[in-house]
Amino acid sequence: MQDLVEIRWHGRGGQGAVTAAKIFAEAALAEGKYIQAFPEYGPERMGAPIKAFDRLSNKPLSLHSQVYYPNVVVVIDPTLIQTANITEGLADDGLLIINSPKNPSEIRSELNLKSGKVYTVDATKISLEVLGRFMPNTPMLGALVKATGLVSVEKVLEEIRGKFAGKLKEELIQGNLNAVKRAFDEVKGE
Amino acid sequence: MPKIIARTGDDAVAEAMRQINPDVVAAYPITPQTEIVQFFSDFVANGKVKTELLCPESEHSAMSACIGASAAGGRVMTATSSQGLAYMWELVYIAASYRLPIVMPVVNRALSGPINIHCDHSDSMGARDSGWVQIFSENIQEAYDNTIQAVRIAEHANLLLPVIVTLDGFIISHAMEQFEILDDDTVQKFVGEYKPEYSLLDAKHPITYGPLQLFDYYMEQKKQQHEVIKSASSVVLQIASEFEKISKRKYELFEEYRMDDADIGIVVLGSASGTAKTVADKLREQGLRAGVLKIRLFRPFPAAELANSLSHLKALAVLDRSDTFGGLGGPVFEEVCASLYNYQFPDGHKIPAVNYIYGLGGRDVTLDHIEKVYRDLEGISRTGKINNLIQYLGVRE
Repeated sequence: MQDLVEIRWHGRGGQGAVTAAKIFAEAALAEGKYIQAFPEYGPERMGAPIKAFDRLSNKPLSLHSQVYYPNVVVVIDPTLIQTANITEGLADDGLLIINSPKNPSEIRSELNLKSGKVYTVDATKISLEVLGRFMPNTPMLGALVKATGLVSVEKVLEEIRGKFAGKLKEELIQGNLNAVKRAFDEVKGE
Repeated sequence: MPKIIARTGDDAVAEAMRQINPDVVAAYPITPQTEIVQFFSDFVANGKVKTELLCPESEHSAMSACIGASAAGGRVMTATSSQGLAYMWELVYIAASYRLPIVMPVVNRALSGPINIHCDHSDSMGARDSGWVQIFSENIQEAYDNTIQAVRIAEHANLLLPVIVTLDGFIISHAMEQFEILDDDTVQKFVGEYKPEYSLLDAKHPITYGPLQLFDYYMEQKKQQHEVIKSASSVVLQIASEFEKISKRKYELFEEYRMDDADIGIVVLGSASGTAKTVADKLREQGLRAGVLKIRLFRPFPAAELANSLSHLKALAVLDRSDTFGGLGGPVFEEVCASLYNYQFPDGHKIPAVNYIYGLGGRDVTLDHIEKVYRDLEGISRTGKINNLIQYLGVRE
């Protein structure tokens, strides 16, 4: 891993972007990384576009500004692709990971993106099939893990179980774990 | 064994309060309160602490309740932020003048108006002359560590003063980072049992709190407050050295980051110190001798020690996250200038010092902003010329 990796999540209030960013950071911490996870600080309103961020590093992190030049962008809500300026500041060799039934090449041409890598996974469909409702954050975690290789999928599954044990019903926890695994297997990149 | 865990700043401070297990916490439970008391109230409800939690109808009453409980001999904590601290103002002064060792984490957030909920140091700067000891934290680890140390500082027999521990609103309070949490036992042993020297409930040794003192005695009392808070620096250092034994983390009055051979330096407090360190590292690689001095103890202000640490610089900038509107720059700039003015430089020279007001109402302070400050300083150190004494960083003109 390079010394500092910055990730920006785009979602809507209530879709679990902040929770996903935290789970990812906790899994990275468990694997020995230095971490930060934080929301874009604003009033949180259900359905409003929001951003969340992760910083991962091999060295202690003292930087406390917001993220402007992410290495990775994760888009949880497909309706934000055209409205949220999702490629802003994204590095030339950056990764764009999108919840969409489309192929990466279609997204690439829609966004007129010449460089970097684009990944897509139909997290909405996975979420509806596995959880029976629209909670696309956990499948996007699976896609992020596969696309970046920054942490192991096992550690992410462990963190999800740890975080929700006693708070969610066992079948819902299992559903989230399955959603991560399915997205991990199904994400396509180019 | 201490453990590395990931928590938000609010969560980490609430954990420290759980481990301290105070007798009484009184807090107003609606915004501008923070999650600190919300998390702590879970511990109360779940029987993890023996604390009596009072939720009165306002911050004014919350601090009143803290004063009563502390005067009665309890170990007392509260937490607040922004308008909440502003609303406590009368009682904040009274707590200090009664010498009550109340500990209060303050999540630094802007004051209205306009209405704003984000990071800014105006709230605790408003209480800067109230007689409370004030300790600033850069990150979550420091917010946790400082909260634990604050109990011992406040209750130190030579001091008996209330202590504010700050953490930056949202940037630290709502962000998740890793920090090392000590064992419950270790913290409980470190803070120990509170044996109050004075208690209103001790009928055998009656005492008076809050009498009327006019021109006959008021001034003597105020002079004593000045004397006692001045002695807080040595208490802060003593408790820091005891804390180092249990945590392996060293705390001082301020932190000098690459200051030894620095030509140019930034004085800053709170989370922006970390961002400044990142920029100093980068500029060092380019051959610029940049340093950072992060103030930890803001009240009492460590004037002589700080001036001594800055005395070899060729140019210096002070970053302020609040303004004085009509004063000479921000409050930290005023303190630093006064400290330098009274410092005896061997050859009588003067260090050019400039001020940057930054980050008001949560405006982000970026690597580029800090780099601009260092570039300005580099110019000043070469020419000795100051074009702008006070600037606003990252503001739209």
